[in-house]
Amino acid sequence: MLSKSFKGISNALISIFAGFIVGAIVMLSFGYDPLQNYQNLLVGAFGDIYSIGETLRNMISLILTALGFAVASKAGFFNIGGPGQYLVGWFSTIAFTLNFSHLPGFLLITGGLLCGAVAGGIWSMIAGVLRAYFGTSEVITTIMLNYIALYFVNFAVKNWLAAKGSDSSPNIVRKASLNTNFLQEITHNSTFNWGFFIALIVVALIWFYFNKTRSGFETKTVGLNESASKYAGVNVKRTIVIAMLISGLLAGLGGAIDGLGNFQNISVSNNLPSVGFNGMAVALLAAENPIGIVFSALLFSALQIGGLSISVYSNTPSEIVDIVIAAIIFFVSIKYVFELLLKKRWFAKKRVSEKEGADK
Amino acid sequence: MSLTTILMTVFSTTLIYAAPLIFTALGGTFSERSGIVNVGLEGMMIVGAFSSTVFNLSFANVLGNATPWISLLVGAVFGLLFSILHAVATVTFRANHIISGTVLNLMAPALCVFLTRIIYNGKGQTPVIDQSMGSFTFPGLSQLPFVGKVLFSRTSLVAFVAVFIGILSWYILYRTNIGLRLRSVGENPTAADTLGINVGKYRYLGVLISGFLGGIGGAVMAQSITLNFSASTISGQGFMSLAAMIFGKWNPLGATGAAIFFGLAQSLPIIGGYVPVLSQVNSVWFQIAPYAITIIVLVFFLGKAVAPAADGQNYIKGK
Amino acid sequence: MDNVVEIKNITKKFGSYKANDNISLQLKKGEILALLGENGAGKSTLMGMLSGLLEPTSGEILINGHKAVMNNPRDAKKLGIGMVHQHFMLIPAFSVLENIILGDEPTKGSFIDYKKAATEIQKLAQKYHLDINLNAKVRDITVGMQQRVEIMKALYRKANIFIFDEPTAALTPQEIDQLIKILRALAAEGKAVIFITHKLKEIKEVADRCVVIRMGKVIDTVKVSETKEETLAEMMVGRKVNLALDKKTVPQDKLVLEVKNLEVDAHKRRKVSDFNLTIHEGEIVGIAGVDGNGQSELIEAITGLRKVRAGSIKVDGKELQNYSARKISEAGVGCIPEDRQNVGLILPLTIAENLALKDYYHEPISKYGLLNYKLINQNGRKLIKDFDIRSQSEKELVGDLSGGNQQKVIVAREIAKEPKLLIAANPTRGVDIGAIEYIHEKIMEQRNAGRAVLLVSFELDEILKLSDRIIVIHEGKVVGQIDPQNTSSEELGLMMAGKTPVSTGIER
Repeated sequence: MLSKSFKGISNALISIFAGFIVGAIVMLSFGYDPLQNYQNLLVGAFGDIYSIGETLRNMISLILTALGFAVASKAGFFNIGGPGQYLVGWFSTIAFTLNFSHLPGFLLITGGLLCGAVAGGIWSMIAGVLRAYFGTSEVITTIMLNYIALYFVNFAVKNWLAAKGSDSSPNIVRKASLNTNFLQEITHNSTFNWGFFIALIVVALIWFYFNKTRSGFETKTVGLNESASKYAGVNVKRTIVIAMLISGLLAGLGGAIDGLGNFQNISVSNNLPSVGFNGMAVALLAAENPIGIVFSALLFSALQIGGLSISVYSNTPSEIVDIVIAAIIFFVSIKYVFELLLKKRWFAKKRVSEKEGADK
Repeated sequence: MSLTTILMTVFSTTLIYAAPLIFTALGGTFSERSGIVNVGLEGMMIVGAFSSTVFNLSFANVLGNATPWISLLVGAVFGLLFSILHAVATVTFRANHIISGTVLNLMAPALCVFLTRIIYNGKGQTPVIDQSMGSFTFPGLSQLPFVGKVLFSRTSLVAFVAVFIGILSWYILYRTNIGLRLRSVGENPTAADTLGINVGKYRYLGVLISGFLGGIGGAVMAQSITLNFSASTISGQGFMSLAAMIFGKWNPLGATGAAIFFGLAQSLPIIGGYVPVLSQVNSVWFQIAPYAITIIVLVFFLGKAVAPAADGQNYIKGK
Repeated sequence: MDNVVEIKNITKKFGSYKANDNISLQLKKGEILALLGENGAGKSTLMGMLSGLLEPTSGEILINGHKAVMNNPRDAKKLGIGMVHQHFMLIPAFSVLENIILGDEPTKGSFIDYKKAATEIQKLAQKYHLDINLNAKVRDITVGMQQRVEIMKALYRKANIFIFDEPTAALTPQEIDQLIKILRALAAEGKAVIFITHKLKEIKEVADRCVVIRMGKVIDTVKVSETKEETLAEMMVGRKVNLALDKKTVPQDKLVLEVKNLEVDAHKRRKVSDFNLTIHEGEIVGIAGVDGNGQSELIEAITGLRKVRAGSIKVDGKELQNYSARKISEAGVGCIPEDRQNVGLILPLTIAENLALKDYYHEPISKYGLLNYKLINQNGRKLIKDFDIRSQSEKELVGDLSGGNQQKVIVAREIAKEPKLLIAANPTRGVDIGAIEYIHEKIMEQRNAGRAVLLVSFELDEILKLSDRIIVIHEGKVVGQIDPQNTSSEELGLMMAGKTPVSTGIER
């Protein structure tokens, strides 16, 4: 077990390193200074309290969408629907808080978060049900549901929430915000909010779910071997639906917290929120380990927040950090090569000694 | 507005929106027929859209009217180059196809917007091209009564090319030995290998063709619809093409038909204004329709069996 | 020199493991040579090198007297070597014609000339009496025809050396007869044939000479006509084989399983119909039949993995049809599934977790939805000891165990629950003789302890040896009930093919 997690961590570190090298090569080839930029990035992400607050805040939805992806993945499903689930979560939360603004703050927040999580869960469960009962590929259905979510939410925001002629909903009432005065004061007005602690609690819950609970065990068995689970009496269909439900709940919660903690409203958008795809990247780098996800979210969040200051302090386009992120995931995806290289070196040594033996 | 004019508008708008989807869906068909799942079509389109736009802006004053057509080829070449990433990852390095495809989708917008900013002084979008693909009237054919006006006047020439490529693709896949071999590695790579067919070679071929066609698809999008390049030039067309491929049961003719259908669905909100019945319907339904229909069709009409049997499986020799 | 193939001192190593150790053999024109050995003896490795899939570590292969270098299957094909694999290398979605010409397509311009190909193949089919339908899709044709397609693939490529890897494994006795005729026709036309098998009877019937290999080495090469079956068996296993079992007389009065008028569908086809079956305490009932005649569906229906269309299944008098797999397991039905690696076990989980697969969900292991891993591991350690599972600890992954030990994990889990009815589906498929002995002993132990056993097997000898009573299944129907004491495997073979139910039935 120890060697397995060691292998996972070393794979991740090699991939991160290689990703940064790719970024450096790209910068060098266009005449930018990689060291200076990486330094700016580091300062931009951790240089002062405000930046740290932003970086930690940006982690929240990365952690939650990554956990969502990981739960589905453990059950053997590729839930690419993170962006859509995040979006319907975000929308439902804002819609709830705008409509029930007379409720006391605590109820407003709890209700809003619950609303967002459940909406995300239902959105993802559609794919789960179709997969469990009709055998429809969840890869395709979640992709399609992403775009349905995008166009539907755009329509709903414009027609139901926004004022005539506007593309954005009004802001939620102050008491519904997760970004309280206290947090603003200690983080120098950053968007850091209570959602961060919710995300950490959820990490612990998901770890516990997979390692200690019966349902988590069933999810794992279904993911590892569906027919063996069926034979062992596991209700495979129910397990698939539950796993997809949890997966969507988490992504939806990510959207909900961002809605109440960061954006305070929702606007029409041309594109799917990139956090859903980035969350997938976070989970892949962490090899879907809940604890690993926290660290990998920290890295990606720092890249994104720090990346903003790259273009402030130099004329290097900040998209360079997205290139680094994509490169890291590329290297994660070909981890087999690293394993092969390690093995080959080991085998090569062995083969030489064998040959020597044969010649004698 | 007369019926002929309405039909002509419906037909030409449908074709304009269908053309990028047809090329890209055909690309996806080649890739998946060879056994490599391709969710990276979106990324390939982005690269095609970007490279063709840059080329168009740079050479329009030299090449004149021919610019958009040559730009398509440029988009194709860069799409192909970009797809090498997917081929190397999945075929040579045995990466999970969906993860690798996602890398393409993450990398393409990052790289292309990065380069856009470098080329166009920090701006996230290119200027608008002057030489775009306009409408085309077939000489001769357009003189035919009724049909001539509806089908062959002020229409999209590139869409006709796309349909022709669709038919050609069918012949390649189902009537030539290259096609037979390419399909065989997507159905049972082990069996193909025992017959001396180089599995890796044909899978590379499949992916590179998808990059080539996906690049054209993206280029068509930029040359005939958005007329410039930015992060939102390609927003879901790659995934819609993937849907068209599935809808068309991994068959070039089916994919072409499905892409035209999606093109119709996309053009409905635009032409809806002219057609009394449709103008009552909110455009969100037309936007959602292609995606919802794909899900419904998948659930009720397609089994799992139609996908190539070894689609998504890496081939490990000697196992 | 009429040696078509000459293998000289070939050795193949995987890491430090010698799969083939200094093997030599010759094959003449027009000869049928049998290659006999247990699973894992090195037959497939040897044939892999002969067909260009593997490269020898040392030694050489001469084809028609010339040293052959084969880096890939294409090279082997060029030298006239045709391989008929045990698991057919066919593409179900393609037509028979496409499967045959794939890789060597005649073309006209840039298109495939299907007409020319068809004419050529038809000619070959007539010459060798191969009955095939060129336009059918491979997924729609019988196993026997699939094999003929494989043979035609080799003929089409002008092979003159044929390698058959366990060709009779999935055939009916009649199809085997037909295959033997084809083999003789090939030899008569001057082709050389290598026939890999572990079935002694077939060797006696068809082969001229036999090479016996064991643990990667050639033990002996013998003339088949001068050697007894027993001698061949001993050479193959390396010791006297004692497969006699201790079948005690136990009371067999109480009914445990009663299946009545069962109907089961799969993929919209009737797979089991009008099926009746009873098993009593202390009785082993064998289901004999060719693969694909409804056996899997019958087991799936009894164990709750497949819906029953009509009829009833009673265990100990309790109706269980269409109950969930878990309910049926709780009612006292245990099952050793045929596909151990994919159905019986979850390879990336630990031994202890696998041993708990049928008990993890209820108390005491699971309480308030939480799992007690301490207990899981404790139970695991106990079963590992009781069933002699060779492993480092209960936390070792099952996937890291040897095949024989994986089988033991399943047997341990199913038997430890003391089921009233134990179902064993091809329990010895693909395991070597040592493991066969162990499994047969365990099954017999269960019978002698008064449990009911349902044995489904494609191996006639296994069925005849273990069963108290045999039911023959064909196309999902019972074609007869027979007493293993007074039935020969020939008679059984005829019935399995659905021919004239012989009434040697015993009434129960």
